[in-house]
Amino acid sequence: MTDWLSPPEIEAVLLSLKVAFWATIVSLPFGIVVGFVLARYEFPGKHLLNGLVHLPLILPPVVTGFILLKLFGTQGPIGSALEELGIVIAFSWSGAALAAAIMAFPLMVRAIRLSFEAVDVRLEETARSLGAHRFQVFCIISLPLALPGVVTGSILAFAKAIGEFGATITFVSNIPGETRTLPSAVYSFMQVPGGEESAYRLVILAVIVSMTALLLSEWLAKRVKTVVEGR
Amino acid sequence: MSLSVDFKLSLPDFDLKVAFDAPTGITALSGHSGAGKTTLINVLAGLVTPDYGHIETDGRVLFSSALKVNLKPEQRHIGYIFQDARLFPHLTVLQNLKCGRWFRRLPMNPSTIEEIVTLLGIDHVLSRRPSQLSGGEKQRVAIGRALLSEPEVILADEPLSSLDSDRKKEILPYFEMLRDQMSIPIVYVSHDADEVTRLATTHFELAHGKIHSQSSDS
Repeated sequence: MTDWLSPPEIEAVLLSLKVAFWATIVSLPFGIVVGFVLARYEFPGKHLLNGLVHLPLILPPVVTGFILLKLFGTQGPIGSALEELGIVIAFSWSGAALAAAIMAFPLMVRAIRLSFEAVDVRLEETARSLGAHRFQVFCIISLPLALPGVVTGSILAFAKAIGEFGATITFVSNIPGETRTLPSAVYSFMQVPGGEESAYRLVILAVIVSMTALLLSEWLAKRVKTVVEGR
Repeated sequence: MSLSVDFKLSLPDFDLKVAFDAPTGITALSGHSGAGKTTLINVLAGLVTPDYGHIETDGRVLFSSALKVNLKPEQRHIGYIFQDARLFPHLTVLQNLKCGRWFRRLPMNPSTIEEIVTLLGIDHVLSRRPSQLSGGEKQRVAIGRALLSEPEVILADEPLSSLDSDRKKEILPYFEMLRDQMSIPIVYVSHDADEVTRLATTHFELAHGKIHSQSSDS
């Protein structure tokens, strides 16, 4: 790999993997809670929550990035509060992870919500008649049965996070080694004379990574489904 | 022990207004489909809340509009056996059997579990998943699961109607055994006259949302 990719290219790929990994891990608990709540409960403001979750899918990514910059920048309300705690996420790789997580969140929630909706409510009622309170029902019945969707959602979110560009470059710029992820690196290489070759290599890599993630999520979801249903 | 029931619930098509006592043994509830049998036992299980009324088992109030009591399903200590066994597909048979005791924090005496397993003849399927069981085996596991949660009342909603006649013959004796050996009320919903004749200690018919007493057959 070191022969094929130059050090700056490797740096961009590894950074993308790191950003996508943390974006997925940290957003997963929120994705599970939001997916479950949207699948199981009716409450005022449900449409608002649903709209808010899906907004990054529809908004121009540059707008999402701009909003993040205004909120989490060192001058922003959340950013300045975090700065007092010694945390700066604007123009750092953790900011890239935040942007990627928000852009990938709709995909994650959608898959998780669908799989919670597919869990038979009557099994949950049965568990309650056997003495399980709501939290036990969630942990022992609903979540394990929705696991295929949780796996699919996580892998899709991971793949989306690797490829996120618009919101990331707006929010955390394109700093080599800090926020220059794979797509940002492709963009940079396209801007410099003779960078075309590097761009091509990264493009091929991006296609391979995305394709692998898609196939892996399909395959894993099937495997998990088989294990869960005991066939 | 006995279960006393008196409530009213408005449904889109009619009002369900019932009052009856279910003593120890099998209280059969029959009636045409759509008469509200399942709704009635869902009320007893705490899955549906009636408009007003009073439901109690030997002094333990499960629901009372006057006293403002409405116990959650998990607080009612009611074992519910469904038409489709509703075993948890991701758990083994043994885990299905034990889960009620685990939810209720009851002691996991191997002897208690073994006794029921032997009684129901399911010792050879304990490590299997529900998808690998026959219809009759599933229903026996469902009975065992309900019994092991140590219920004070058992509700059975057409537990034999999804089985063929051979499987019915296989399961019927277990309900006779429950009736004769357990001193708790069993509310048994069925539209099958033979089943009712064979099992019922007390028999009610549900029609137009009202309960009508039938002569006892056994």
